[in-house]
Amino acid sequence: MNWTDWLPLAVLMTSFLAATIIFMLPEQKHILRSTINLGAACIKILLIVFLIQAVLQQNYPEVRLEVLPGLELILRADSLAILFAGLSSVLWLFTTLYAIGYLENSPNRSRFFGYFSLCVASTMGISLAGNLFTFLIFYELLTLSTYPLVVHRGNAASIKAGRSYLIYTLTGGVVLLLGVASLYALGGDIAFGDIERTAELMAHSPELMTLIFILLIAGLGVKAAIFPFHGWLPTAMVAPAPVSALLHAVAVVKAGAFGIVRVVYDVYGIELSWQQGLLYPIAIIASFTILYGSWRALQQIDIKKRLAFSTVSQVSYILLGISLFGPLGTIGGLVHLLHQGLMKVTLFFCAGNYAETLGIHKIHELDGVGKRMPMTSVAFTIGALGMIGLPPVAGFISKWYLGMGALEANMGWVIFVLIGSSLLNAAYFLPVLKRIWFNPQQGDWPHEAHTSYRDAIPLLLIPALVTAAFSVAAGLFASSILSPLGWAELITLREYLR
Amino acid sequence: MSMIFSPIPWLLVIPLAGAVLTMLIPWHWRSPASLLGILTQLMASLILWYQVSHFGPQIYAMADWQAPLGIALRADGLATLFILMSSVIASACALYAHVYLSLAKRANFWPLLWFLWASLNGIWLAADTFNLYVGLELLTFAAVGLVAFSSDERSLEASIRYLYAALLGSMAYLLGVALLYGAQGTLAMDSLADTWHWGPTNQVAVTLILGGLLLKTAVFPLHTWLPPAHGGALTPVSALLSALVIKASFYILLRFWVEFGIYEYLPSLSQLLGALGAGAIIWGGWMALKQTHLKMVVAYSTVAQIGYMSLIFPLLVSDSSEASLMAYQGGMLMLLAHAFAKAGMFLAAGNLIFCTGKPDLQSLAGMSRYRPLNIFAFGLAGVSLMGLPPSGGFNAKWLLLQSSFMSGQWWWIVVLLIGSLLSAAYIFRVFAYTYKETDRGDTFNRPHLSLELIALGLSVISILWAFLSVWPLNMISLPGPLMEALP
Repeated sequence: MNWTDWLPLAVLMTSFLAATIIFMLPEQKHILRSTINLGAACIKILLIVFLIQAVLQQNYPEVRLEVLPGLELILRADSLAILFAGLSSVLWLFTTLYAIGYLENSPNRSRFFGYFSLCVASTMGISLAGNLFTFLIFYELLTLSTYPLVVHRGNAASIKAGRSYLIYTLTGGVVLLLGVASLYALGGDIAFGDIERTAELMAHSPELMTLIFILLIAGLGVKAAIFPFHGWLPTAMVAPAPVSALLHAVAVVKAGAFGIVRVVYDVYGIELSWQQGLLYPIAIIASFTILYGSWRALQQIDIKKRLAFSTVSQVSYILLGISLFGPLGTIGGLVHLLHQGLMKVTLFFCAGNYAETLGIHKIHELDGVGKRMPMTSVAFTIGALGMIGLPPVAGFISKWYLGMGALEANMGWVIFVLIGSSLLNAAYFLPVLKRIWFNPQQGDWPHEAHTSYRDAIPLLLIPALVTAAFSVAAGLFASSILSPLGWAELITLREYLR
Repeated sequence: MSMIFSPIPWLLVIPLAGAVLTMLIPWHWRSPASLLGILTQLMASLILWYQVSHFGPQIYAMADWQAPLGIALRADGLATLFILMSSVIASACALYAHVYLSLAKRANFWPLLWFLWASLNGIWLAADTFNLYVGLELLTFAAVGLVAFSSDERSLEASIRYLYAALLGSMAYLLGVALLYGAQGTLAMDSLADTWHWGPTNQVAVTLILGGLLLKTAVFPLHTWLPPAHGGALTPVSALLSALVIKASFYILLRFWVEFGIYEYLPSLSQLLGALGAGAIIWGGWMALKQTHLKMVVAYSTVAQIGYMSLIFPLLVSDSSEASLMAYQGGMLMLLAHAFAKAGMFLAAGNLIFCTGKPDLQSLAGMSRYRPLNIFAFGLAGVSLMGLPPSGGFNAKWLLLQSSFMSGQWWWIVVLLIGSLLSAAYIFRVFAYTYKETDRGDTFNRPHLSLELIALGLSVISILWAFLSVWPLNMISLPGPLMEALP
């Protein structure tokens, strides 16, 4: 075994060990805990860099463990795994920084950061899973480790949100389990990428395979918040801001979307899915969710709720990209997995900053906040413009490729969905920006925190600025191989040339 | 093999000697003597495991009296695994009890524990039906005594109910065995199985034996004695009862079912047993959801989990031997994972009740903040009971699912999946209470750290089975009468 083969396990273990140590640390050891957290996050990024090098040389490290007779736990780093693992590990670092600032002086931090690390460990497991069984294990572990974060505040509203979160995700998990178990019963253990095996099964029993496809997508669709399984996402907004960032950008909805990517590309194969007509329904559901989410976002008066419905809409862009047969659509979908993460995490950081610094929760309270908190507001503006799809922010690139992909797949109507959604995005973000920058301040701020800083405290501000800068950089330097676009192209090349 | 080198007699003699000794010696010496006994039990189980996994199943005739006259003991892979399981769990519960109970209670606890341990080992190792009966009876008296131990009025009532149910079960079993002996003139399981024929006497005998064992295992709807007994007993006792005691009668039931090939004569009965299991999963889960007391939730969860194990009966009966093997593996893994998870969960629940000083769920508010270690132990055990990955419970559920697919009995898949959601519902309901914040601050009791660690350790093992299942599955697939009689 090559030493690089241990890297996927090491990537997983950095956050598992961090979680274990943090759980055991006494509550008041704040500095030690933060050091371990950030240290683990940095080591993880370093390990991912090694993995990137390996994968660029077409070397895919993997470890296997037999857990049941004939069934293996596989951790494998391929180019798609790196896409998601890279995103989560970078965003984890900044979300951790942000969370340290956000939860300063609040109770239960040991528990919070323990589960936070466990959450990232599960996300790493999801991205590095080499077969559906492994994926399922970490997918469910993610549900378990996010529940304590959702109910973190311990008030009636968060307990209720936690309940709704569980009802949706556990039911989704059961549907997914049914799909995975049926596929195993039909064809044994199928490693990701073994699409010839699936093609044989499809030729043999097309109805069953189609049914399994529907089960898998429906099970994953709950976390990806596709209509009508999106209800938990806006409810879960009662959680603290770093948790929202985790749910919306880093881990949970991404896990669902990433799972669908895996099922379409690496279990069924894009060509087979296309030939069997499995992609077209996804395109329709995704398009509907895009428009529906935007429409609902427009009606919200709470900032975080508006952002939540915006996520419902934006995640479906990824699915739309997957459902467009052809390299350009694939690139558009995959690149949006990263771009949406960067932009959405920025927006949630900013929403948290507004709430923490001035007590602003509703949109009408934002009037004139640009003068009071200029840096946060710049970051928010970048995120919002990116969501609308304005160049040079990253969101533009996603929409461009999606549009091109739609034309390539002869699905011209998708262009109208994209235009409609962009108009709706503009309709729910531009008035917010107008309030921030051009409206005069209306009376006192709802709940002003007294700090020596004009803007949010640095631990809250810096992560927002960095992720905003990343969102612009991802657009400006899109031609580099290490940009999200470059990597998505690499994956697409390897997928279509298989 | 001579007496010195085989650990099999030690697994019976030491607990029995321990029981007698701990009744006679002064209070203060009982704990040290018992700790020594625990150590020898663990050693003996490990040696047995080494011998069985290296040299194959062991047969031992007590004092060299051969069957049919003497007491024959047999350690195949399954029995060895269960010996190890009960040694680890009983040791953990014993250590817990040592810290948890007052000196006076502890002094009376040890003899009963040793009787319990001896009877469990006797049942796992028994090669004939009468030894099984002796084991069952001894087990009943030890277990009832332990339940009565908590000495409040409700637990006395529960123990009387338990006693009646268990005695009725034993009587039915004994009658069945007597009929078998009358008809076939032997008590040994293997010779009974060889000369087995399906006649009226044997039909009555089998009905009596199965009925008695179902009652003792608390299979739905014969479960009503279980929740008050398990939920009302002292914490380490609850853990022993739920994790080990009900498994003994289940083990005997399964051995009769498979070794005598009863399923061949009564194919519809296997579906009926499965249906009872389904009823247990739904009813037990539903009742667990309705309870207001923490230990009652855990006790009803045992009722539901027995249901999962009962699904093995219909799934074993399949045209495909691969499906039967998977059902056998899944059922045994479920039993194993449940033993550790339930022991861990009862002990964690006991710790939580000690912390709040009240047995109800409402009082758990703030626990997740102030006593996170216990919540963690409770939660990890919960993961395995819910059958969520990664856990032994999940691997077991996966095998049962695959077995249902393979044998075409899709209805059990529906039961398994609904059951997981129900168990998630009652376990997360407990969690929701613990995450509530209180204004009281940390005014809770603090259990001894060792109590918290014992609960956590057992729960962690139930999770670790997720990665180590291949080992117990290989163990139970070693040749043995049950393994060889699988359809």
